[in-house]
Amino acid sequence: MPAAGSPSDDAILVVDDIVVRYETAEGPITAVDDVSFKVRPGEFLSVIGPSGCGKSTLFNVIGGLLSHHQGVVSVAGETISGPHQSIGMVFQEESTFPWRTVIDNVAFPLELVGMARAKRAERAHYFIALVGLAGFENRYPGELSGGMRQRVSLARTLASEPKILLMDEPFAALDEQTRLLLGDKVLQIQQQLKQTTLLITHNITEAVQMSDRILVMTYRPGKTKRIVDIDLPRPRTSEVVSSVAFGRYVAEIWSDLREEASRGMQDEESYVLHHDGTAS
Amino acid sequence: MTAAAPAKLSNLGNFTARVVGIGALVLFLLVAEILIQTGAISRFIVPPPSEIIGSFYRIITQEHVFSRFLLTAGECLTAGVMITVFGIAGGVLMHRFKLLQQACETWVAAMASAPVVLMYPLFMVIFGRNVWTIIMMGFVAALPPVILKTIEGIAGTRKVLVNVGRSFNLSPAQQFWKILFPAALPTIFVGVRLGLIFALINIVGVEFLINYGGLGQLIEDLAERYDLGGTYAAICFVILVSVLFFMALEKAERWLRPVD
Repeated sequence: MPAAGSPSDDAILVVDDIVVRYETAEGPITAVDDVSFKVRPGEFLSVIGPSGCGKSTLFNVIGGLLSHHQGVVSVAGETISGPHQSIGMVFQEESTFPWRTVIDNVAFPLELVGMARAKRAERAHYFIALVGLAGFENRYPGELSGGMRQRVSLARTLASEPKILLMDEPFAALDEQTRLLLGDKVLQIQQQLKQTTLLITHNITEAVQMSDRILVMTYRPGKTKRIVDIDLPRPRTSEVVSSVAFGRYVAEIWSDLREEASRGMQDEESYVLHHDGTAS
Repeated sequence: MTAAAPAKLSNLGNFTARVVGIGALVLFLLVAEILIQTGAISRFIVPPPSEIIGSFYRIITQEHVFSRFLLTAGECLTAGVMITVFGIAGGVLMHRFKLLQQACETWVAAMASAPVVLMYPLFMVIFGRNVWTIIMMGFVAALPPVILKTIEGIAGTRKVLVNVGRSFNLSPAQQFWKILFPAALPTIFVGVRLGLIFALINIVGVEFLINYGGLGQLIEDLAERYDLGGTYAAICFVILVSVLFFMALEKAERWLRPVD
């Protein structure tokens, strides 16, 4: 079997044999076990799995925020061992800087590279318009809705012009309608910028709506269960959710996930019973 | 409804709040005046507000209250700048070096509640009977809350903001100045406000105790002469120092961090 990332292929991101173990009071736990995949330039790949399958751990490994792992992550052939400018991260939690206006938030990465004030304002305006927030430049995050704040975070990450956009359940805290509409926005941006994107999610609809491929993970330890190609037409919008093919993909992935999610739920229940002291 | 309408309502609300605030103060003074004039409260303990107001002109012209006010305000300002600089630096260092924090945090917390003012004879031995004894007493008494609140503010920075900084590959200095410090500012300002209260109490207290200039000495002097109206009028100037510092601090906070 060839290595997940041979230099001859055209993958921009190669995740190869990632294993993450944690020491806990109950003994060592393997959170991620032997996960390998590649992402091609311009591709939208989603990683989906039940709660506790190690999705966020994988996000931190790829983003370089977690160092105690085995295996290799490489971007455009370069092995990375920490946060890397080629990977832009959007977090699940609200992560705008409340003390900065929208434009100052978005200009943050440009400020770090020492871009001149006028130039960075111009670039920030471009990315703010791209996420549909033109007119809100001088507002503070506290004056915006949750969905708007996530768009500010997205614009800030895009402003650093990463080769790979890495998102960890960015719409998890939002309602379903906002989530679908923001999915549209992300799709539009991804297609416009031809942005390579890796989305970590537990939401099947969101994954099918946006992805070219979906990697399904098992419940703990998180392994690759299978990779599903999503052959839905592009450009895509949220209207795709009403198509027969979309429903078929959702059902197919759910049948994969159902068993894993059930295992996770049983595991949680037995943990609670065991630690509650109420087990018979 | 136009966009200007909510702004008008908000202005009206602010105006009403101010009127109610000033009205409550006037009402309080009126009630105090009536209670004292009717003998319900002895005028030999609390002078009537009319007598206090009448004493202002006298303490301004005869007791050089403005130069004393400037001296006390200057001491407070010096101590305030010192607690801000050294308190924040101390808090940052203690947060950065966990051993230092583990070793010293309890002592600092204990010092925050200790009656430092009782150490004034020691400070007089060290600094002499001069303005530096007063400033250093204010400084030492006010330092702990700034240190403790700085540690609390930095430690309380949301992990996701730290991770945003890490994802952008910030250096430790950038991580501090661009994320940790602004995120901790509201908590640090709580510490500085507390510190200023401690500083003002100690500065006026030590001026009173060592009889060395400022409003504290004036209060002591007027109380010795049993000039109750003058004493309370001088206390009003101490309150004025406090109000001025709090207003300046609020401006500084809004300038550094326009919104919470």
